[in-house]
Amino acid sequence: MTLRTSKLFRTSVAAAAILAHAATAPAHAFCGFYVAQADAKLFNQSSKVVLARDGQQTAITMASDFEGDVKEFAVVVPVPTFIERKQIGVVEPKTIDHLDKYTAPRLVEYHDADPCAPVVVAARAMPAAPMMAGAVQEMARRDYGVTIEASYDVAEYDVLILSAQESDGLTRWLTDNDYRIPQGAEAVLGSYIKQGMRFFVAKVNVERMNSLGTGQLRPLQVRYQSAKFMVPLRLGTVNAKGPQDLIILALTRSGRIEAANYRTVKIPSDIDVPLYVKNEFGPFYKALFERAVARENMQAVFVEYAWDLAWCDPCAADPMSNKELVELGARWIGGDGDVAFRANRRGGGSDAYVTRLHVRYDAKSFPEDIVFVETKDRANFQGRYVQHHPWRGEATCEAAKAYRNGLTARFAKEVDNVASLTGWSRGDIVERMARSGETLAK
Amino acid sequence: MQALARPRRLPDARYFQIAALTTLLVINFALIDFGARPAASVIAIATALLTQLIGCRLSGLPLDLKSPLITGLSLSLLLRADALWLHAAAAVIAIGSKFVLRIDGKHVFNPAGLAIVVLLFSSSGVWISPGQWGTEIWFASLAGLFAVLVLSASHRVDIAIYFLASHAALLLLRATWLGDPLVIPLHQLQSGSLLIFTFFMISDPRTTPDSRAGRLLFAAAVAVTAHYLAFVLQMRPALYVALIALSPLTLVLDRLIPAARFSWRPSVLKGVST
Repeated sequence: MTLRTSKLFRTSVAAAAILAHAATAPAHAFCGFYVAQADAKLFNQSSKVVLARDGQQTAITMASDFEGDVKEFAVVVPVPTFIERKQIGVVEPKTIDHLDKYTAPRLVEYHDADPCAPVVVAARAMPAAPMMAGAVQEMARRDYGVTIEASYDVAEYDVLILSAQESDGLTRWLTDNDYRIPQGAEAVLGSYIKQGMRFFVAKVNVERMNSLGTGQLRPLQVRYQSAKFMVPLRLGTVNAKGPQDLIILALTRSGRIEAANYRTVKIPSDIDVPLYVKNEFGPFYKALFERAVARENMQAVFVEYAWDLAWCDPCAADPMSNKELVELGARWIGGDGDVAFRANRRGGGSDAYVTRLHVRYDAKSFPEDIVFVETKDRANFQGRYVQHHPWRGEATCEAAKAYRNGLTARFAKEVDNVASLTGWSRGDIVERMARSGETLAK
Repeated sequence: MQALARPRRLPDARYFQIAALTTLLVINFALIDFGARPAASVIAIATALLTQLIGCRLSGLPLDLKSPLITGLSLSLLLRADALWLHAAAAVIAIGSKFVLRIDGKHVFNPAGLAIVVLLFSSSGVWISPGQWGTEIWFASLAGLFAVLVLSASHRVDIAIYFLASHAALLLLRATWLGDPLVIPLHQLQSGSLLIFTFFMISDPRTTPDSRAGRLLFAAAVAVTAHYLAFVLQMRPALYVALIALSPLTLVLDRLIPAARFSWRPSVLKGVST
């Protein structure tokens, strides 16, 4: 059986999330709709994890992009405490996908008004994001120094909670029980053992999976109480083939989260781009992200979205419901009905905030697990790219002349923007713009 | 000027410190995008200066605006808050503590450090960003350069070295115990926040023990406490909390191991600091 070490995670956070719509629109009111998004599927070798954290109460939900024989699916996740059955669950994949889409970088469209008429604005928007996975179980023996502290049936998974005295015993146990442990993982396991961590290991129970009829592997969720607020990346970097992407969707009460031991950086945002980008928003965002990673020498964690969950503008997806947020671990929001989450406090702010972090990492640039801190910062941020449709109607007034002259400069600026964000060739950008009717030459 | 009393005619270290902190603040605004707001800095610095002015009037101490400027700059660099008034509150706490919390003519706590810790524990609206400076080598070099200037002028290079050495030793021991690769403690040591703490906070000559042995003990104690807070209690920011919690220890160390009191101005006796 295959151990997907690239999908090993653990974290400590508890959480909540919520959405509704909302409150004050910015001065440049958004009155269009969302048109495209760059979600997690864009990035290969990627994982998604949802962290919900309330004080020390933490829920971590691990989504997997596992493809292949489910018998080969296995996960080993270090966890800071013993885990009881009631602290483990499965989450519907669509709930995480919803949060992914809701927080993804977005493209927004505006339509220029008739230059000869008073100003009216119209608009639209788009998003971006990634995934992870699981393990199996087996009865064990004592001579490994491994204790099976508990064994649970959790939906389509068989879950074990292990503690170990020595990393070599644990490695042998895992290997003998068909968890394929990569070379070099033993040292990492040893480090976690010394830090007093347990191991949450899961494999698929094919029989039960068939009887459940779900036909898919649902994300596993583990909830626990711990001061530790981190994701265990290290096992996943052992023998990894190149860098991997992780998207962290954090639901918190007070404000955005950031890395305590790495730099947290905002992804470039609010930048005007040409119309043709709409049809290639995915590749555009991917190139933009890669360039941002390179600029930071792959040593930064990027914020793609940080917003009060009670509202969005523009909304890249329908608001999250109370039910979905509770399912993802935000049990503090005070209701689990299938209704859009809204602010429940006077003054507009709610007690649920979402942060979307995107990190590309490998063992060299991210040698230690990312530790998070929750800040009190509730300022809103989103990865947002804007396109303006030129006015194509009749316009003969004086103002129209100035408007058309202004367009040329605007197009030129958009070429600069795309070239510097993505590194694409300028000639190529100009040509594609011309094809969509944005010609630089007069 | 202290330089008059010394063979090496280095100017008052606080000029270097002001230059260093201002440069870091500009870098923070220009390159490091998160959380730092110019308005917050203006408020912190203005309030610090004003509080100093009032404090000096009330206490009759001579007015010196360099120290409050340094405190205001430090707060701007380190403290983040969701409301601007919290920056003003931090400055009042910081400067006010210098006048109120003093024993034997020496203030007990590093002013900016105290304000940060007090607000972290009492307010729901502040935080600090230990990761904001990243681990880039250019930053480490720059901070190091400033540190050499400031610390050599203030003659407190020893405590910075003691602290860094203790902290590094603890991280290396931990990595050895865990079987972690060396890159992990090295990464932890490259933290820009650690360097700022070392060069501009724990080495504050006004709140460190007077004797060399005292400083060694104090630096080691802060490192051990911070290590415990960070790795056992998972507390962030551990360094500031450890420093402030242990600051009263300097009084004990000064009693046990007496030595000449540091003063920015040798002309003002008994180490009156403003």
